[in-house]
Amino acid sequence: MNVQLRSDPAVSAASRVAIADCDIHPATRGAADLHPWLSQSVREQLETFGQRRRLGMEAGPAYPKSQPNASRRDALPPEGGRQGSSLSFMQAQHLDPNNVVLGILNPLNSGQGLANPELSAAVCRAVNEWQVAEWTGKDRRLKASVVVPYDHAEASAAEIRHWAGHPDFVQVLFLSRTAEPLGNRRYWPIYEAAAEAGLPVSVHAFGYGGAPITSTGWPSYYIEEMTGHAQSCQAGLTSMLVEGIFERFPRLRVVMVEAGFAWAPSLAWRLDKTWRTLRAETPHLKQAPSEYMRQHVWWTTQPMEEPETREHLLDTIGWMGWDRLLFATDYPHWDFDDPAHVLPLRITEAQRSSFFLNNARALYGVDA
Amino acid sequence: MSKHVVAPVAEVPPGSHKRFTVKGRPIAVFNLAGEYFGMLNRCPHQGGSLCAGAVTGLLLSSEPGAYRLERKGEFVRCPWHGWEFDIRTGQSYCDPAKFRGKAYPVSVAPGAEVVKGPYVADTVPVVVEDQYIVVDV
Repeated sequence: MNVQLRSDPAVSAASRVAIADCDIHPATRGAADLHPWLSQSVREQLETFGQRRRLGMEAGPAYPKSQPNASRRDALPPEGGRQGSSLSFMQAQHLDPNNVVLGILNPLNSGQGLANPELSAAVCRAVNEWQVAEWTGKDRRLKASVVVPYDHAEASAAEIRHWAGHPDFVQVLFLSRTAEPLGNRRYWPIYEAAAEAGLPVSVHAFGYGGAPITSTGWPSYYIEEMTGHAQSCQAGLTSMLVEGIFERFPRLRVVMVEAGFAWAPSLAWRLDKTWRTLRAETPHLKQAPSEYMRQHVWWTTQPMEEPETREHLLDTIGWMGWDRLLFATDYPHWDFDDPAHVLPLRITEAQRSSFFLNNARALYGVDA
Repeated sequence: MSKHVVAPVAEVPPGSHKRFTVKGRPIAVFNLAGEYFGMLNRCPHQGGSLCAGAVTGLLLSSEPGAYRLERKGEFVRCPWHGWEFDIRTGQSYCDPAKFRGKAYPVSVAPGAEVVKGPYVADTVPVVVEDQYIVVDV
C-alpha cells in the first residue's frame, strides 16, 4: 500500500505551528490487549456472551461507515492491526509531522453503554489502565480520558474518584447517545464527581442508548447519521442546560466533541426566546440558557462546517467566542481534519493560537 | 514543464496505480487498460494521498432506487473524506465547480528514445530495451 508520510517530520514539524489535538482515537489490536486488566471471569463473560449494547438485535454500528473501521485508508499501521492501534505509526503519520504537542485520547468501543452494567464498568476500568500503560506512559504528549460506564452512575463516579488527581487523565468521557437525555438526574452523581475532581466532561458524538439518531425514527442513509449527530447532541446539550446541572454543579465544564458547532448560536437563540416565555416552568434556571452555554461549554472543531462563504464561520465563532474552540483532527477516522487546511480564514495570531493550542492548554490545565 | 522517466511500464500494470516523486512533487500514476494518467497525489480539499484511496466507478441514479455504475475503475476516491476524482481529467465529482485534482500529462516512450532524449530520470534506473513511463511536470 502506498502511504504518504510528510517528507521529513523533523523539518516540517519545526515549520508548523504547535497544536493540540483534542480528539484522537487509540484502538486496541485485539481483545487480548485488555486482558492484563480483566479478571478471568470477565474475560470468560466477554468470550461467551460478548458486549451487548442497547441496540436491539444489532451487533455492529448502526450504519456502515463508508471506510474500513470508519478510518482513513492510509492509516493502517504497516506492522498490522487496526487503524489507531500503533503508537509508533500514530507518531510517524500524525503526532510528529503535524507538531501535536498535546493529544487528547478518546477511546471508543470501550465498554461504555453496555447493557450489562458490571461488565461495562469492568471493561471501562481496563481501558483506563490500558491508556496509561500503552499510550500516555509511552508518549508524554498524550493525555487520557476517564472512560466511564455512564449508564451506571455509581460505578462511573467511583471510576472518576479512582483516577482523580492522576496527571495523565484530563477529562471524563461520555458518548452522546445515553439511555436517557444527558441532563437526567440519573447522571448527576457522575457530574458531581467530575466537578469535584476538576475534570471536564467530554461528550463525544455516537453511543448506544437504543434511541434512533433522529427524533423521528431510523433514517435510511449513513449521511443522515453523520449530520444527525448535531441534532442528537443538541438534544443532549439542551437537556443538560434546562435540567439545571450547571446551577447544581457550578464548576462543571462540558466539551462537545465531534458534533459540529455552527448550530450553537441558533440553539441558544431558540432556547433563550422560549425560556423567556416559559420561565416559570424551569425556575431553577437563574440565567438564560445561552449564558450557561457560554460559561460552561467548549467545542471541538472537527468536523468543522465548511460554508461556501468562509466568513460565515467567523460570525459563528464570534458569537461563541474564540476561547471556546478546541482544535481536533479525529485521527485516524476518515473525516479527519488536517490542521494545515482546516481554517482558511484571515484571523489574528491570537485567535489562531487560541484555536490551535491555548484554549486546550487552559481548559485541561496542561502546560504543553 | 519537463519530461521525467519514472518507471518501466511493467511497474504499473493495467488497473493499478503507483505514487512517484517528480521534482519533489508526489505524483500518482494510473494505468487504465493501457492508458496512463497522472495526478498530483494531494487531494485539493485537505491534502489526502490519492494513491491510498479506493479506485471505483461513478455511481449514478436516474431516480431514487435506480442505480447504475458507469466507467468502472476510472475514478479515485480520496482515502480521507471520500471526494471522487475522474482519473482521466482530475475532475472532482463531489463539487465539480470547485475542486479539480491537478492532472499531469503522462505518456509512454520507447526505451531508446528515453535514453537519448531530454528526459530526466528521477530515482528510476533507465534500461534500453523496455518501455518507460514518462511524467511531464
